[in-house]
Order: sequence, then structure tokens, then C-alpha cells
Amino acid sequence: MRHRRLPLVLLLLALIGSAAPAAAQDPRLEAARKEGKVVWYTSLALTSSEKVAKLFETAYPGVKVEVHRTGSQRILQRMMQELQANIRNVDVVHTSDAGHYVLLKEKKLLMRYTPAGVEHFAAGFKDRDGFHYGLRATVNVIAYNSQKITAAEAPRTWKDVLDPRWRGRLVTAHPGYSGVIATHVLALVHLHGWDYFKALAQNKPMLVQSAVDPAGIVASGERPVAVNGGDYNFYQVKKKGNPVEIVFPKEGVPLVVSPSAITSFAPHPNAARLFTDFIFSREVQQVLADTEGLYTGHPDVKYPADRPKLGDLKLLPVDPEELEKRNEEIKTRFVEIFGA
Amino acid sequence: MAVGAVSGGRRRLEGLDRAAPVWLLAAAALVLLILLPLGWLAYISVSGPQGLTLAHYARVLGDPPLQKALWNTVLLAFWSGLVALVIGAPMAWLSARTDLPGRRLLQSLVMASFVTPPFLGAFAWVMLAGPNAGYLNQLYRILTGAEAPLLNIFSMPGLIFVVAIYTFPYVYIMITNTLGLIASDLEDAAAILGAGRLQVAWTITLPMVLPAILSGFILAVLQALALFGSPAILALPAGFHTVTTQMWSFFQYPPRAELAAAFSIPLLLATALLLLAQKKLLGRRGYAAVGGKGGQRRAIRLGPWRYPALAGCLAVLACSVFLPYGILLKAAFARAWAQPLTRGNFTLENWSFTFLHGATQSAIVNTLELGVLTACVGAGLATLLAYVTNRRLIVGHQVLGFLALAPVVIPGVVLAVALFVAYTRPPFLLYGTLWILFLAYLTKEMPVGYSQADATMRGIHPELEEAGRILGAGRLRVLREITAPLARSGIIATWCFVFIGVIRELSASIILFTPNTKVISVVIFDLKEEGQFGAIAVLGVFMLVMTFATVALVQALLGRDVIGVRTSGGSG
Repeated sequence: MRHRRLPLVLLLLALIGSAAPAAAQDPRLEAARKEGKVVWYTSLALTSSEKVAKLFETAYPGVKVEVHRTGSQRILQRMMQELQANIRNVDVVHTSDAGHYVLLKEKKLLMRYTPAGVEHFAAGFKDRDGFHYGLRATVNVIAYNSQKITAAEAPRTWKDVLDPRWRGRLVTAHPGYSGVIATHVLALVHLHGWDYFKALAQNKPMLVQSAVDPAGIVASGERPVAVNGGDYNFYQVKKKGNPVEIVFPKEGVPLVVSPSAITSFAPHPNAARLFTDFIFSREVQQVLADTEGLYTGHPDVKYPADRPKLGDLKLLPVDPEELEKRNEEIKTRFVEIFGA
Repeated sequence: MAVGAVSGGRRRLEGLDRAAPVWLLAAAALVLLILLPLGWLAYISVSGPQGLTLAHYARVLGDPPLQKALWNTVLLAFWSGLVALVIGAPMAWLSARTDLPGRRLLQSLVMASFVTPPFLGAFAWVMLAGPNAGYLNQLYRILTGAEAPLLNIFSMPGLIFVVAIYTFPYVYIMITNTLGLIASDLEDAAAILGAGRLQVAWTITLPMVLPAILSGFILAVLQALALFGSPAILALPAGFHTVTTQMWSFFQYPPRAELAAAFSIPLLLATALLLLAQKKLLGRRGYAAVGGKGGQRRAIRLGPWRYPALAGCLAVLACSVFLPYGILLKAAFARAWAQPLTRGNFTLENWSFTFLHGATQSAIVNTLELGVLTACVGAGLATLLAYVTNRRLIVGHQVLGFLALAPVVIPGVVLAVALFVAYTRPPFLLYGTLWILFLAYLTKEMPVGYSQADATMRGIHPELEEAGRILGAGRLRVLREITAPLARSGIIATWCFVFIGVIRELSASIILFTPNTKVISVVIFDLKEEGQFGAIAVLGVFMLVMTFATVALVQALLGRDVIGVRTSGGSG
């Protein structure tokens, strides 16, 4: 991956090259260098977040990015647990549970900061009070292993996976870990009610944690069908040559916009602002779209030809306020229904 | 020891003057280490917003899913203990009492299973026996053309199997140690009177080792009760919890430390009771034949059964060592672990990705720092305490011995909850630093370190020390110049035990870590949740190499087996 990534880094360097003199003159860079690093709690898949971090470190030598990647729910738990013990560690927090930002804003744990250029972003990507912005988006999909299942057999709708013939052949990720999945569960509860999940439990799906994991499980053939998971994870696994096909169910796909914000107590505020501007720049947003298979709010980003346009998909959006309010309910009921 | 008591009261008092603070400090450290967190744990479990309450207990014991988790743990512990017994006891007998070929190799391999982190084993078995993609199941399907899998590792039986193959060494060690103390006279007598080999084993040997068998079983059950990694990897995907995974999930946001505390008390009581039972069993020395060192021990001839017996042992070790190590190694170099390792599937990317990932680097540093620090402090403290208790230097030394062994009954997760509660508030704000992990490891490894150090001290006769004292040296000087050099190899062995215990620790670390204080086992667990098989395999291989390198290094230093079975009393 290193060597394959190299041309990309070069390309990006060329892109940023034009901006580099400007960056060098940026008075914040000196301050950021003094701070030395930015601490990023992120739910973006590990390979993707490491890539973003490397890009930043190349663009701004002297400022390191400390990547702490785990599931969205774990990030919130970590952050709150640390604050309770008076530990102020995180600068930039990025999860896939939009409800978290409702809570964090309410608890005055976010810094108001508008990254350069986000004013032209799509509406769903902006906080009206200017505390957080959507860094990336993905949709929940069904995916299957094309060596084990033909296109004709493959499930086409969310309800198709309830058929008893899929018993023991499904995998689901967990809303107690993943914000992508918490969003998914709420969207599907709106669509089909909790009964949908009760019926799904009858098919004994394998329970994994991260929304990244189902892609690997399907690719290995351990379970041939994933009943949820981030579309970008399946896309990446497929691009690596694995026999994975993505299905966008007809009823619509739960849209997950993952916000990013600087914390109000950020120990490295200048580095945090620099980093936030960087990740919302067109260049990085384009990388997220090109190599990671993500959607973004940036109006100028072009998507690979093999990706459906977000506008062409029937989207199932979720209200962050509701996600916040029902977070506990979603996690508890899921555990009740699936056992763990 | 008797000599120490006889030596004049006046001299003893003199010794006390100068050295007493050292003994008292060691004792105080131990008390603080164990009683402070447990006190907080008990307090949190009964304190509510309006004073004392039993509401937390009512809540955790009355909730059906939590009851189910308790029951699952009972099932897991009992069956794992039983399977470990069925595997471990015959192997112990074969390697201690018969002319089985390759006994030395067998013993090394059992020790390899012993030091393999159980969560790594569980992870490897996901790749071996996942119902669909698992290697063994793929093979079985190709060979038989069957649809259904041979093994489903994501199930209670699967979990029991994986736990048992890493806990049977406890039974094995317990029984080989006892068998080493039993002379062959009685067995010979039975043989002369015409009993067959099996009849001798059944009617003579078995009854004599019965206490060891039972206590080995109890040790295995205790291990199974306390495990976190294996159930997290194998039970959660199958949709069931055990007590340990349930306690860990109480730490979601918002954290429920009080429920975790209340839930940990039954586990604590269960382990304490089991240990009490074990002590009773071993303390009942009703077998005059056991315990003596005299008499000959002759190997029983297996005759035509030699090779089938060896094959049986190797089959067990294939499950605990060969197959898991093989699949880990393969996955470390494969793009797709479930596919054959062809030229196209071979890669070094897992290695570069794993070691360039920032969290890994700092975790390796943290793990090594903690390992070395805990091993040094632990070995030092354990030796001091063993010295104090063996030479009866302060009042209440028996209590010290008990306290040093007490953490055996505290499962890692429970200890972590206790430490979390104790050290996230004044006067000791340690959460977020490596120190809280250090305390957890030190407490957790104290019983192992203490029993090792205790055995060492028992082996050192006080005569030499007395000679030093008579010639005018103070206690501390005698300790430094006479006892410590004599105990050297014993102390190094203690160091090694503690170090290996620390670098593999997961169940306490998983609750106590913060992003800056991650250790290797926690990184592995994180990667597991994201399904990064290649990177986990790399770190797993790295961890195993580190473990075996430690053992090899210390063995080279001492010129003998460190982690070996002690066939005769006394070391050093």
C-alpha cells in the first residue's frame, strides 16, 4: 500500500505545492509548530484516517497528527470519561453519530470554528451555529460475496434479508460501537419498525462491532451477506480485488453525515484549526472521494465513474436531535434483540 | 526458620531498629495496593445518591440478560475446567510417569501453550474454525463435500474448546508436580501383586494425585472465569455475553461503574470460594506417600501404546500451538487471510502498516516500559515480602502472605473496575497515566511473583544468614550480600514470570487505558473490532516472539529451565 500510495502523495504534493507558499506564510503554522501536534479522535476507518494524517504531515512538516481511531460510541465514551478525570487530550473530534454533536454542543464542549470554504457546502453538512461541519458522508448498504451468491439470488431490499434462507449467512455491525450503524438502526426503525430487527435476529446474524468489519467478513466469505455497513468500506474492499458486490436497497439508504469539530478545551488549538481547514480543503475532500469512496459536502468534488451520485440515490436522512435522544434506546434494544 | 526464632531477642531488636522501616514500607505498599481499590469497589457497589443502597445489586441480579451472562460464565468455567482436566491429566501422567518418547519436547510445548495469550489463540481460531471461511472447515468441506461446517467456533462449545486448550497447562503443571513427589514403591507393589498397568494407574496413582487433580481443575476454572479476550472475540459475535464482557460493556457512555462494581462482587465471591476449596484440598495431607522425596521413580512402559499416546498429545498441542501459530504467521503475510498464500496474495504491507501506525509504536514502547518496570518492582517487592514472611520479621507476617496471594481471586476486569473507581478521584488521580496500569499489573502479578519468591526463600536455609548476623552484619546487609546472591536465579525467574504476565495482559488494560497509554494487547483488540486481520496477526506474532525471546534470554542467563515444572522442592 505504501508504494501504491506514493504516486498519490506526489500528486497531492503537486496540488498542494501551489498552496504551499501560502501555507508557509500562514501565521498559524508557526503557532501550530510550537504546539507540535494535533490529537484527532476519529471514527474514519483506520487506513483512511492514517492516510489523511500523512497528507497533513507532508503538507505541514513539523506538525504531527496523533490518530486515535475507534468506533464513534467509543470515542464519545473515551472523551467523557477523560473529562470526568480532568484529562484534556483531544483537539479534533470526528464521529459518525451526528447526535454526539448535539450533546457535545449542549455541554459546551465544542469550539465555534468555521473551516475555510465550507460556506458552499451542501446544507446537510453545516451546523447552523457554526460548531461542526460534515467531513464526509456514506450510506448504509447491503453487500454480498459474489463468489458465494449470484446477482440473481442476492437480496435487493432491506426486507429480503429476513427470508429464512439467509439464516446463519448474515453479518451485522453494532450500534453500541459504530455511529454509522446507530444511524442505520434509527433510519430502519422509522422505515420498518423494531419488528424488522426482531425478524432479523431470527436469522442469527453474526455480530461484529465496527461498520468497517462487515466488508472484511463478506470478502473472506465467513458470512456471504452483510445487512449493513458503510458503503465506502465495501467499495474499498472491492477495489482491492475482493469478490464483493454492493446493493443499494430500493426502500432507500440511510445517509450518514459524519461531523468534525474542534473541542472547546483543545490543548493544541492552532494545530487543530490548521488541521480542520486542511481536511475540509477541496484537495483532501477529493482524496476522500477518489481513493476512499466517500461522499462529501464539497460542491466541486468529482466522484469516480463507478460510484452512484448521491443525488441519484433515495436517501433516508436521520435527525441528529432524535439520534441523540434515542441513542440509549437504540443501543439497549439492539442488545435485547440480538443478545450482545 | 526455627533457628531464627531461637536467635537472641536482643539481636533481633537491634536488627529491627535499622531495617524495620523497609519491612513496614513493603507491607504498607501491599496493603495500599490491594485494600484501597477493593474498599472503593465495595463502597461504590452500595452507595447511591441517597446514602447506602442495595439497588445496584437488585438491578444486576434481577435483570434477565445479566442473569444469563452469569449463567454463561458458570457454564463456560465449569466445562472449560472439565475439558482442561480431561486433556491435562493424562498428558501429565504420560510425561511424568511413562516412557513416552519426546517428553522433553512435550513439556516445552505445553509451556508454549501456557505462555500464549489466550486472546491470540481465540483470534487464531476464528481463522481456523469460523463456520464458513475457517481453514479447517474449508478443508472439511473439500474433503467430504458436506454443506454444514465441522466446527463453529462462534458458539459456547467453541468458546469452551478455545479456553480449555489454553488452561489445561494449569492442570498439567499441578499434576506433574505432585507425580514428581510420589515414589514408585506403591505402584511397584501393586504390579508385583499382579495388577496391570492401567489397573495400577487407576487404583494406586489416581487416588494419590486426586487432590492435585481437583485443585488443577479449580485453577483452570478460575482462569476461565476471569478471561475477557476469548469471550469478547468468540461469544459477542454469537450474541451472548459472559460476566467479564458484560462488565466491560457497562463502561459505555454513560459509564455505569456502580453496576459494574455490584456485578463484580459475585464473581469475586465465586473465585474466593473456589480458592478456599482448593486450599482445603491441598492442605489435607492425608496421603503419607505424597510429600516425601525418598524412593525411586520408575518410568512405566507403554509398550505398543507409546506412539499412539504421543500422537494424542501432539494432537492437543496442534490445537493450542501448531495450528494457531501457523495461521497467525500466514495471515501476517497475506493480503486476504482466507485465500491460499500464493505469490499474488503474499505481502509485506501488513508489517509496514502495523509498525508505521502511530498507535502501534507508542503501544510497543508503553508495553515494554510497563513490562520492565512492573517486573523489577514486582520481583523486588515479592522477594522482600517473601523474606519478611519466611523469616517472620514483623508481627502479622502471615497476613502479609495472605494479602500477597489474595489478588488471585480478583479477575482482571474486576481489578480494573476497582482501580478505575479508586484512582479517578482524589487523593490519587492516576487515570490517564501509565501508573494506573502499573498498579493493575503489579497487583495482578503479585500472587505469581510472591509464590515464586516464597519457594525461593524456602529453599535458602537461614544458617548462612545467621552466620552473617553473628559476624555483625545488619539484616539489610545480610539480605543484600548473602540472601540476594543465593536467591538470584529465583529472583530472575520471578522477574521473567511477571514480565510475561504483563505484556500479554488484556482484561484490566481494556478498561484502564486511555489513547496515550495504549498497550499492545489493547491495540490488538482495537484492530479486532475493525476486522484488521493482517495487522492483528503481525502484532500477535510480534508478541509471541517477545515472549519467547524473554524466556530464551533468561534461560540462557541461568542455564536452566525457568518456566519449567519443579520436580523437586526448592530452587536457587
